[in-house]
Amino acid sequence: MILVFVETDAHGATETSQETLTVARDLASRRGDDPVHAVVVGPDPDLAAVADQLGALGVETVHHAEGNQVAEYAAAAWAATVVDVARSLSADVVAAAGSPRGSEIMAHVATRMDAVMAANVVAIDTVTVDRGEPLVVTRQVMGGSAFEEMRVASSPAVLTVAGHATEIRTIDAPSPPSVHAFEPTVSGTDLRARVVRTEQVERDDSAALAGARVVVGGGRGVGSADGFSDLLELTQLLGGALGVTRVVTSLGWRPHHEQVGQTGSRIAPDVYIACGISGAIQHWAGCQSAKTIIAINADPDAPMVTKAHYAVIGDLHEIVPAINDELRRRRTGAENSTSIT
Amino acid sequence: MADVLVCIKRVPEISGQVALSDDEQSVDARHVGFTVSAHDACAVELATQVAGATGGNATVLTVGQEDATPQLRDALAVGCARAIRVDAPTETYGPADVAAAISQVVRTNETEGSTYDLILLGNDAADTGDFQVGVRLAYALDRPVVTGIKMVTVADGVVVAQGDGPNAIEVFELSLPAVVAVMEGGVEPRYPSVPGRMKAKRATIETVEAGVRPVGSGRVRLKLPPEKPSLVEILGAGEAAAPALVDVLVKAGVVPG
Repeated sequence: MILVFVETDAHGATETSQETLTVARDLASRRGDDPVHAVVVGPDPDLAAVADQLGALGVETVHHAEGNQVAEYAAAAWAATVVDVARSLSADVVAAAGSPRGSEIMAHVATRMDAVMAANVVAIDTVTVDRGEPLVVTRQVMGGSAFEEMRVASSPAVLTVAGHATEIRTIDAPSPPSVHAFEPTVSGTDLRARVVRTEQVERDDSAALAGARVVVGGGRGVGSADGFSDLLELTQLLGGALGVTRVVTSLGWRPHHEQVGQTGSRIAPDVYIACGISGAIQHWAGCQSAKTIIAINADPDAPMVTKAHYAVIGDLHEIVPAINDELRRRRTGAENSTSIT
Repeated sequence: MADVLVCIKRVPEISGQVALSDDEQSVDARHVGFTVSAHDACAVELATQVAGATGGNATVLTVGQEDATPQLRDALAVGCARAIRVDAPTETYGPADVAAAISQVVRTNETEGSTYDLILLGNDAADTGDFQVGVRLAYALDRPVVTGIKMVTVADGVVVAQGDGPNAIEVFELSLPAVVAVMEGGVEPRYPSVPGRMKAKRATIETVEAGVRPVGSGRVRLKLPPEKPSLVEILGAGEAAAPALVDVLVKAGVVPG
């Protein structure tokens, strides 16, 4: 039995939770159709739609914990709820996305269940747990520049699944899962660290970054805070988001929430345009899941250029304005041809 | 007054290709420098800020071998008052072992009559990325814990911790003593002053033995991603390549054709 903690947002299960379910479903099939259950904690206005979505990913039952005690996020309380479900099902694998929340909850779950936790798993190499042969997984380490083969010698095995390392796959002939809603009882100790208030950020650029179809990236090669004006214009023309390297935020040119990389956002846009970015391993860890990577760089031997799908060599301060002009020219051309027809 | 313990980890400084040792158990240390992760550096900064603001002391701790001394001295140079190294063979230690070793030091400190009101750690180590030492430590000490925090302030026996939630900034208020795992981005680590460096150079690093029977990390081996030949298509040089680049955007479906 595999239990997956699923995070939801306004669009249903998050992308990384869906990826986690894909990994769980794959393991379940290899074990001979082991059931996969999901647990959702906290209020969700549209759980029926989430359940349909989870059914398409092979989930048999959705456990939904709701009520006052889990209405606000408290990792220990939410984890206690996941542990209760895991124990009642005798789950031998408990997994979540390797997101900040998924990682925090799984750390609590592993500690509470005296279990081993493997973070940022990209593949499950063996299928048995605690029947003389522990689960062996491959996980990202060193910010994604190396992998570790790890033996998870406990039952349950607690895993987080690395974001954007798996393509979401729905199953053939899905059936709607049964939904089991319940109100958990949580101890006061587990509510010692809970959200007491939230503060809205005016620009939610990090969320925009995570979901953008196009990200324009800027690195040290941009040269200054002012140097970002052309990149911001390109971002606007493409309806995308701006992402930057750690050097850029350290130099104070752009705010930290725009940082892409090992200690920033991990992105998976359709297109990533990396301008003046050398391609240090920490940055690559955050952008490597982009479907198409275009590098603009003065150095043809920069790692970002050699790893990219496409590259333009030269001064980004000449090239980016030329791209902006070309985009405007084509847009005007399209509008003119529309008005003629 | 809040006494703060900040826990750091010596990690390889990797910017390019990683090379592994022959036994595939570690990074080949011959050609890399060592540092602490960005999260740890921010935890040290917050520790010194909290200690300074409350009139307490910041103590830096690492679980590791003697080669971690430079990282402890770096923390002393930016304002930590004491440094403790828990002597342990790090290669045989997993995250549960590290948490157990730190917990022993905290407990011993308590039996001697003092308490670390706040324990700060980096959210996850730059090398192993285990995401769990802070949580395991908090359970061992029966303290509240929160991870992914960018800013902390302490007043009246409460730590106010802020981090980025999925939709908004989330604020937590934890009664001390507490454990907080810090993420990069809320504070900028300070540079050490020359007097700070001189003082750190002379400071004594306290060493304690780790009395932990390690359960280990479960590592079978490290491996590198397969080397991929470069498949880059050079679209051109300079501004003349702009139309070709826009054609790629059209092909990718992000610009109308």
